[in-house]
Amino acid sequence: MKKGWLYQAALLAALGLVFWVFASNTAQNLEVRRIASGFGFLSREAGFEIGETAFLAYSAADSYARALAVGLANTLWVAALGVVLATLLGLAVGLARLSPNWLLARLAAAYVETLRNVPLLVQLFFWYAIISEGLPPPAEALQPLPGVFLSNRGVFFPLPGDAPALTGFNFAGGAALSPEFAALLTGLATYTAAFIAEIVRAGIESVPRGQREAARSLGLRHADEVRCVVLPQALRLAVPPLTSQYLNLAKNSSLAVAIGYPDFVSIANTTMNQTGQAIEGVALIMAVFLTISLSISAFMNWYNRRVALRGLRR
Amino acid sequence: MSGCLAWARRSLFSGWLSTLTTLALLWLAWRWLPPLVDWAIASAVWRAEGPSACRGAQGACWAFIAEKHRFILFGTYPFEQHWRPAAASLLLIVLWLCSSLRRFWNGGLAAAWVAGLALIGALMWGGVAGLPYVENERWGGLTLTLLLATFGIAFALPLSIVLALGRRSTLPVLRLACTGYIELVRGVPLISVLFMASVMLPLFLPAGLTIDKLLRAQLALVLFAAAYLAEVVRGGLQAIPRGQHEAADALGFAYWRKMGLVILPQALRLSIPPLVNTFIGLFKDTSLVLIIGLFDFLSTVKVSLQDPAWSGFGLEAYLFASLVYFAFCHAMSSYSRRLEHESARAVVSGAAAPYNRGS
Repeated sequence: MKKGWLYQAALLAALGLVFWVFASNTAQNLEVRRIASGFGFLSREAGFEIGETAFLAYSAADSYARALAVGLANTLWVAALGVVLATLLGLAVGLARLSPNWLLARLAAAYVETLRNVPLLVQLFFWYAIISEGLPPPAEALQPLPGVFLSNRGVFFPLPGDAPALTGFNFAGGAALSPEFAALLTGLATYTAAFIAEIVRAGIESVPRGQREAARSLGLRHADEVRCVVLPQALRLAVPPLTSQYLNLAKNSSLAVAIGYPDFVSIANTTMNQTGQAIEGVALIMAVFLTISLSISAFMNWYNRRVALRGLRR
Repeated sequence: MSGCLAWARRSLFSGWLSTLTTLALLWLAWRWLPPLVDWAIASAVWRAEGPSACRGAQGACWAFIAEKHRFILFGTYPFEQHWRPAAASLLLIVLWLCSSLRRFWNGGLAAAWVAGLALIGALMWGGVAGLPYVENERWGGLTLTLLLATFGIAFALPLSIVLALGRRSTLPVLRLACTGYIELVRGVPLISVLFMASVMLPLFLPAGLTIDKLLRAQLALVLFAAAYLAEVVRGGLQAIPRGQHEAADALGFAYWRKMGLVILPQALRLSIPPLVNTFIGLFKDTSLVLIIGLFDFLSTVKVSLQDPAWSGFGLEAYLFASLVYFAFCHAMSSYSRRLEHESARAVVSGAAAPYNRGS
């Protein structure tokens, strides 16, 4: 027992020493390079433009704090849409893998195996290349559905009473997804869906056969059997791993910086390059993602308690 | 033939929904497969003297890959010395293949790795045996990706074992420190750890002391992967029954002998399939070093596209990159699946699982 405390004191001392050496070196280096420290830079003028803003208005004359807030809104927007799309697609692929139809099941298995084994960054570049090289210019845009246009300038949707129309070299009106946003969202959703599909499959396979047979002998219709018997039990197993997939999706949205979508990491990166305040920038990135991670965890834990067995609550 | 028909009836046309699905999928294949095959194979340009042959073609321009393959594989390594990274990459792959066979799981394998990595270092850097010296700023391409992944695993695994043991320790300060580290790293994206290594680390060091970019990126990958591996190892540790701990205690083993001789050998064997899955993640994650400006495989592919003469072949380039990453990751994932099946079979048949065989 005594030896244990000795070890721990030594560990604390070593950690403290490393921290102190790093801190004093950093103070010295910052002084030599004439870099200010602290978060004072946040109120200064950012001076750079941001290509697209999800909810907040922004101009180059605004402060760094405003620019970072725009980046955060962009991150949350793409992550939220990504979670919804990935869940829907993952559910569909997971159910398809369990389909009695051999062709559909093999197709779903091939989807999962392919997308899980290629780095997300490669997939993002691939989707971006498809949009910017594979799609035609706005004048010859593809129209898969009436009013929806696919072109190398992005994807355009009609809104109620406001349809996109070709004016000059691009579309105006309606809702638009930039090529960067469309590539990032597609990449995040399709990649995460492959992992979610496996979770859905494992969850459903874990429900014992007898449960379904019992539901059928009670005379439940197929839809009710799935809704009232299979899904509640499958969810119990699926929620914890689903949580970590949502966390991964949120963290992976930071790859936006590589294809030029102005998410939080990308704006923080620009800020670091302009002000030289790397420590504050990295600290902000980490704080933001830790907060997002903790919020998703808290929400999913609450949800998990709701779907857990009553006897097992607490 | 009747067996075939029965199979088709059962698995393709078992009901109206299944029949409809099959017909819809066949229609989609009939509609989309021929143009795709035509683009990728029939009308593709495989060899060309210059980009002009590709410009007029209807199909894919694989000649782009053929033209740039040296740069994509080896980066900016001196051209006439390319046999060295090629030999180093082959050696790495052979070492990995040997490590996957249970037959070689003994002390000799560790010795082979040490000798192999030393030889790879000698090949890559040179400066010995008449090989000209090549500084590591010039390493790149697929070789660099393989090196980052290999050294990442080699250093992250021991660190993760220490972290996992620390998280399960009875000493509160140690447990808190390890838990805090693991949860912190798992809560942030890899890119922030890479930024930390590339822009913050130089500030931490005393003036005059610098660590080069490659080493900093490697350090970030190791620190990041260790946190994830530690959770896998912890899972293995938790699966070891209490009796094993008590038996080791009864033999009078102290902590390190107990862990090293009794607990860890069993826990690590149990964790091999999930460890391989985490390695796949690390292998894919090495592609992120592109963002801090290292010339890994994905980065050399991307830079090849910036050649104005050959620009606009992004689809071909990234399909090729996907194929290469897929080959490595798929090999690893089918290996981990096979191990899982083997151990499941051993448990079901009641025989001692191969992982529990003494050693």
